Amino acid sequence: MKLSTNFVKDYVDVDVDAKTLAEDMTRVGNEYDSVENLIKATKLTIGKVIECKAHPDSDHLHVCKVDVGTEVLDIVCGAPNVREGLKVIVALVGAELPAGTIKQSEIRGQVSNGMLCSMAELGLEHKFLKDKDRDGIHELPEDAPIGEDPIKYLKLDDSVIDFELTANRGDLLSILGMAYEIGAIYDKKVKPVDLEYTAESQNVENCFKVEVETENCTLFLAKKVENVTIKESPDFIKNRLMASGIRPINNVVDISNYVMLELGQPLHFYDADRLGNKIVVRMAKKGEKLTTLDETQRTLDENDIVITNGNKAIGLAGVMGGLDTEVENDTKNVIIESAVFNPVKVRMTSNKILRSEASNRFEKGIDPNRTYMAIERACHLLEKYADAKVLSGTCVYDKADKKEKTVEIEYKNINDVLGTNISKEDILDVFRKLDFKYTSDNNKAVVTVPTRRLDISIKEDLIEEVSRIYGVDNIKGTLPKGETRASKLDKTYRQIRDKMIALGLNETLTYILINDKESHKYTLDEFEELKLLAPITEDRNTLRYTMIPSMVKTYEYNKARDINDVAIFEIGKGFYKKQDEYGENTKLCALMTGVYNLGLGVEKQFDFYVVKGIAEEILNYLGYENRYSFVRKDQMPLEFHPGQTAYISVNNDIVGVIARLHPSVENNVNNAKSPVYVLEINLDKLLEKRTGKMKFKEISKFPSIKKDIAFVVDTKTTSLELETNIKKSAGGILEDVRPFDLYMGKSLGEGKKSIAYSLTFADPKRTLTEEEVVTSMQKIIEAVTKKCNAEVRNA
Amino acid sequence: MQEQIKTIKENAINEIKVTEDLKILNDLRVKYLGKKGELTLILRGMGALTPEERPVIGAEVNKAKEEVESLIAEKEQKLQQEELNKKLQEETIDITLPSSKIIRGSKHPVNRVIEEIEDLFVSMGYDVEVGPELETDEFCFERLNLPKGHPARDMQDSFYITSEYLLRTQTSAVQARTMLKNTEKTPIRMICAGKTYRREDDATHSHQFGQVEGLVVDYKENHVSLADLKGTLEVFVRKLIGENLDLRFRPSYFPFTEPSYEVDVTCFKCGGKGCPLCKQTGWIEILGAGIVHPNVLRMNGYDPEKFGGFAFGTGLDRLAMFRYGITDMRYLYTNDVRFLKQFDRKD
Repeated sequence: MKLSTNFVKDYVDVDVDAKTLAEDMTRVGNEYDSVENLIKATKLTIGKVIECKAHPDSDHLHVCKVDVGTEVLDIVCGAPNVREGLKVIVALVGAELPAGTIKQSEIRGQVSNGMLCSMAELGLEHKFLKDKDRDGIHELPEDAPIGEDPIKYLKLDDSVIDFELTANRGDLLSILGMAYEIGAIYDKKVKPVDLEYTAESQNVENCFKVEVETENCTLFLAKKVENVTIKESPDFIKNRLMASGIRPINNVVDISNYVMLELGQPLHFYDADRLGNKIVVRMAKKGEKLTTLDETQRTLDENDIVITNGNKAIGLAGVMGGLDTEVENDTKNVIIESAVFNPVKVRMTSNKILRSEASNRFEKGIDPNRTYMAIERACHLLEKYADAKVLSGTCVYDKADKKEKTVEIEYKNINDVLGTNISKEDILDVFRKLDFKYTSDNNKAVVTVPTRRLDISIKEDLIEEVSRIYGVDNIKGTLPKGETRASKLDKTYRQIRDKMIALGLNETLTYILINDKESHKYTLDEFEELKLLAPITEDRNTLRYTMIPSMVKTYEYNKARDINDVAIFEIGKGFYKKQDEYGENTKLCALMTGVYNLGLGVEKQFDFYVVKGIAEEILNYLGYENRYSFVRKDQMPLEFHPGQTAYISVNNDIVGVIARLHPSVENNVNNAKSPVYVLEINLDKLLEKRTGKMKFKEISKFPSIKKDIAFVVDTKTTSLELETNIKKSAGGILEDVRPFDLYMGKSLGEGKKSIAYSLTFADPKRTLTEEEVVTSMQKIIEAVTKKCNAEVRNA
Repeated sequence: MQEQIKTIKENAINEIKVTEDLKILNDLRVKYLGKKGELTLILRGMGALTPEERPVIGAEVNKAKEEVESLIAEKEQKLQQEELNKKLQEETIDITLPSSKIIRGSKHPVNRVIEEIEDLFVSMGYDVEVGPELETDEFCFERLNLPKGHPARDMQDSFYITSEYLLRTQTSAVQARTMLKNTEKTPIRMICAGKTYRREDDATHSHQFGQVEGLVVDYKENHVSLADLKGTLEVFVRKLIGENLDLRFRPSYFPFTEPSYEVDVTCFKCGGKGCPLCKQTGWIEILGAGIVHPNVLRMNGYDPEKFGGFAFGTGLDRLAMFRYGITDMRYLYTNDVRFLKQFDRKD
């Protein structure tokens, strides 16, 4: 809301400058964005061109002598309309204009001590400029006083405060509402609105009818004025409209906007002769068409409120009028509409079709008493500035609640909530400043809230008023006094995060929105993708299911900046819809490629086994040691390397995956320069599997015995199979089995490999004998050779 | 005989003196003191002496032996020390050469700030709560006193998936969830930090951003007040951004609190004198807060006649930016590894 300070001074005395006013308004909750002069230029004066000659060295410039009262200045001017005898706006040397500072200069050999200005050069907003303002310098009337301030002379000396109002303060979308607020701050009375006019004997109710067929219109008033003269508005109306951001059109249209600005009630003026003799308000029919003032055809539906002439829609209630009944230059007679429409419906329609100054006010609620005031005010102004004859009477449809609310509040309640000690007198003084009526006793006040304050209905609202107007700057901070209990904090994610960091990975924060084409990549899970109804860009139109696309994107970003060694991770959400159920999972995702610094100076390229090690480290750390395995699947996503993908199975349930990206994907992201690995674990799924508590295990006092053994097997046989059989057949004294060497050489024969294991035998209760271990080894060899088709490799 | 002993001794002393080698020194030990050593041989040959001479010569030889022995030991120690020194000298390295790097990852600045806030509030008895990011309109808006069609919904242009489901626009959704799930309707102190989403994207707004939300609900007799809210936020701001910072409560409007405030903190860049960061006002807006609206309590099962409380919320991205002097919000989400790696040490 742009507040013209000149405008508001009609209704309340403001003794402070605009900047102070803006700050003081902010302090009571009405934040401002900017304070600016309507004309952003300094050092201007009114001058008269007393001589104007063509520039000797140019075909369009003129060399002028300009009388500015105190002296005669030589000024070079390029405007086509500059001529002898013209009264002009002169920017003197040193003047600050939006485009820069005016300096003494030489233009093609001719001295110039200033500039003759157009309205555009003074910084008037582009949309307010008329053609003549764009084509040449501004021409002042012949009687403009030389040497005076042209801005004051043109009544453009206005300061505009742009407020960012809160959604509950619809009342402040009016000059009058602002006046009450300012009055409360500075303890000033608000002046009455002039509603006087002379009514004709003819009564509008005899020639016009209003019918309302929908409950979404609670109040509808219509009056008629005749014989209006369409012309330009007086300067003060034009200037105030411009200060408020509205383009002046003609006196009649301007008055409807002026009253809206002044009182907050949007009005609509119809050309009475084009409208006919009645208005019917109803809900639109599905598919009904209406061409609005902006010459755009709109298609309506049952949720739009329309104004009709009984046959067809002529206006979109609360949003915009129709083209057919618009006030035009030949309009003589006008029907004035002042009404209240359902804010929610107006909001829906305007969201769909068009936001307007009117819809913005209807959405936030209209004071019905203001509806009556506004139509009278419009008649007053039309009579005064458009020579209108105002018919007596008003067509009224009124189902509105115009009663003032009363709210009871105890002083103690106010102080309890604010933590203050404000006296009864100070509290009541706040209500008085706000122009609220009240009755009071020693404990409480009963406040009658004026209908303009639609935001106040419960005692908490009054507490807020006291805190706003009295001020809470001096409250001393305390801490809550209630009972303090032990806090609840689940640290699991933090611990996982810290573990990943300890493993040398860098934590990212990626967007969850991705392109829909990515949403089913890197997974074979079945789910319905979740698309946004209204994405900002198609690049981010879908919620991710797996986090891998986000991580791959992050890698691509870094790769494009020549960062080749990337080890990143994140704990984040993946989203899905499965069988009509919406859900989300917390996932741990990592991407690793390039050099992995293992610490202590050991560097190696990321490979499958490093990534597997990281996965195991996380699983072991979380307490799942010995309960997981890495398994192959027959089917896997096209984006994964079919030979280097392993699903993580915990308690025989797949909770995650580690994979090298498919060469075709690698080719896309880094021209297959180095392999890229990803890891993703569904933490919700993993963490629901319970783990035992960390518990001390007695340290064996007896020595252990180590034995190494290597088996030659088919390359297809997995190490896991061998290990499983070793463990099964060892007979209870095998403490640990660890593969330590893989060999594939011609000496073993085609399709063969050798894996060497280090076996540790121990018994916590006694010292093992060499014979026991030898027996166990024999059993192991027997079982493995038989079940895995293996041979012991002789060293 | 005595002359002979003296000569041997003098020879030994001279030879020990000039020796600079441990091996030669050992040879000397054998030569003079060994089983067939020169001094040993004299002792052996004492049989030829008179009983009177024997003790005298014996004592003389032993004395000479001791003398030689101690000289050898002394020399030996000196040579050993020299040898060690030489070895140490040889082993001396260039300590300015680069170390073998120990691996270390990094924690995202936004998560660092979250952990710090959680720890702070946990120390004051707050529970750390979580809620879904894919929320329902009911929890994100309706239960927070924002019915459908409410103009304040404009403040939060939302990403809807269906007419009912949306990405949460505010962590405040967790307020409703926390109140509702507390079936015993006991007092609440909770904090919730997480991701939130709004349909806007420009230089200062990311469509995805972090928020933290705090809620205190207690029995009316405990008078949870605006003063308590101020005191709590003072602790928060001073701990997280800087000691000696002051707060300013500016009345504002949020549908879920009444009264509502926007909370400004003394500009920590200029100390309140006015600078470009605070747009010359001396204050920086950082929080939204207020007294929980009775409708919110009621809608989530708490009787507003018996309970009262306060709530507050703030953006985590800006906090992280202030905290670490990050100049552009986009750094937080582009995940440039050169950016991420800077956050690899304790705060």
